[in-house]
Amino acid sequence: MKEDTVIIVDNLTKMFGDFTAVNNISFEVKKGEIFGFLGANGAGKTTAMKMLIGISNPTSGNAQVAGFDVYKNPNDIKKNIGYMSQKFALYDDLTVKENITFFGGIYGLTRKKIEEKRCQLVEELGLQEIVNELVGSLPLGWKQKISFSVALLHNPKIVFLDEPTGGVDPITRRQFWEMIYKTAHEGTTIFVTTHYMDEAEYCDRVSIMVNGKIEALNTPKKLKEQFKVENMNEVFLKLARG
Amino acid sequence: MNTILFIIQKEFKQIFRNKGMLPIIFVLPIIQLVILSNAATFEIKNIKFSYIDNDKTSFSRELIQKFDASTYFNVLTDFPSNKLATAAMLNGEVDVILEIPENFERNLVKEQTTDLSVIINAIDGAAAGVENVYINQIIKDFNKNAQTTLVQPSNQINKPVNITSIPSFWYNETLNYKTFMVPGILVLLVTMITLFLSGMNIVREKEIGTLEQINVTPIKKHQFIIGKLFPFWIIGFGLLTIGLIIAKLLFNVPIVGSIFLLYSFTSIYLLVILGIGFFISNFTDTQQQAMFISWFFTVIFILMSGLFTPIESMPVWAQYITEFNPIKYFVEVMRMVMLKGSTFTDIIPQFTKTLAYAIIMNGLAVISYKKST
Repeated sequence: MKEDTVIIVDNLTKMFGDFTAVNNISFEVKKGEIFGFLGANGAGKTTAMKMLIGISNPTSGNAQVAGFDVYKNPNDIKKNIGYMSQKFALYDDLTVKENITFFGGIYGLTRKKIEEKRCQLVEELGLQEIVNELVGSLPLGWKQKISFSVALLHNPKIVFLDEPTGGVDPITRRQFWEMIYKTAHEGTTIFVTTHYMDEAEYCDRVSIMVNGKIEALNTPKKLKEQFKVENMNEVFLKLARG
Repeated sequence: MNTILFIIQKEFKQIFRNKGMLPIIFVLPIIQLVILSNAATFEIKNIKFSYIDNDKTSFSRELIQKFDASTYFNVLTDFPSNKLATAAMLNGEVDVILEIPENFERNLVKEQTTDLSVIINAIDGAAAGVENVYINQIIKDFNKNAQTTLVQPSNQINKPVNITSIPSFWYNETLNYKTFMVPGILVLLVTMITLFLSGMNIVREKEIGTLEQINVTPIKKHQFIIGKLFPFWIIGFGLLTIGLIIAKLLFNVPIVGSIFLLYSFTSIYLLVILGIGFFISNFTDTQQQAMFISWFFTVIFILMSGLFTPIESMPVWAQYITEFNPIKYFVEVMRMVMLKGSTFTDIIPQFTKTLAYAIIMNGLAVISYKKST
């Protein structure tokens, strides 16, 4: 593995019975990169991502994440990655503070360290008002930001975001992407799936999945040149429609 | 270890924050114990008794008087004919019909023997059996008096020897069914609440997606399972304690044996139940499914536990099945320790079997819990 390559995927396949959800995909992701993982609903994005984060066993192929093999060392991978799902899986019936404590705790942070992290987060995100509120009572935008921050509590090398900005207004999305940029700038690799093509433009590189295969992979600029179109939206439509 | 503490802390916060759940955990069991212990009785009272008196003599009246005096029978009416009485039975108006034949008194006096016809509604076979015993008791009693009055004057030598058995009931002298039922029902509520709560709790995390979030953390399987189940283990003890207090204060059930032994056994038993709950949650995706499966097993376990029907009277194959019923062992131990004062040596068989069960169920739970699919 090269020094700056954090994800290596080699002919990874996942079958559910006869159905091939992910069909022989291969790619690499570099350290500090924002890697956009695009595709229509049901194209296999989430399945592919689940194999990389160690909660779905590949049918065949190889993958290394953060320097560890998905078959041999899934637990080492888990120590080095963060994950934020579409559902922002925080506990609605716990406060922001309690969620931070819990997730910090199961990542093995000490109470002192959690305390430090929490103060830092409260400061950075301006959570003073809501840190003792139940997560369930917060607006979606806040849940996303907190969810993202919680995924970063243990300073992971890579953070996986599965449609992180679904259902929020453009301003909140913008703020969220500023957080992503900041995190990437600090050296954390971002692996993000999205349906918003304007977000795809923010990525360093983008892959587009169609029916379980990666049909295109390049920088947004090169993809637009390749398909001779104005924006990513058209790139996506051209590919997804076949 | 630290990780487990974080989970336990979180679980307790969630349990005590859930305003809908707290009453379910602590109030419903109390209601259950109070209602069921009073209602689930093996005694049969208020038997609807009717008679056809074809004799109408002082003897026949005396016999009916005896039924009337009994607290078990509600003497309804006399029917003028067998036909009317049968019709009443068919309508469910009476449970028992006693038909006193003509010449009842005369036959008794002359031949010292006579027949009585008794019809019992046996839709509920167990109840009919008990009723039959009551009726025979009264008739026997009547017999004795009749014999004394009839036989004695005629022939001193032939005086029949009345052999009466004087039963002495150990461990529950007054045959108080509550003494018998309360420990059993206590078992039920400890079992049901902990099984349902533990099973549904984990499936709920699946439903809301937080289980996936936990599965992407480096947490170890055993850490998660222990952290998840420990709070319900504690709640199980809480329930047992509340139940024992109610049993003592409200029902005055004797607690002869060692409380410590009771809690020790419960600690192992709860592991079995929590293991089953976790195991079920591993194979279900929704709380509904988990609930149905838990319910299915609970009903079988309860009905085959010896709580309501004695295991000895089950067919042999069914008795073998009860060997796999954890509730059976708990009911036995509860009754043995509470009523009989059994010591550890007495409950070693139940103890070892339950311990083995606990190890197997929790082993299966750990194996079947998959962090990745």
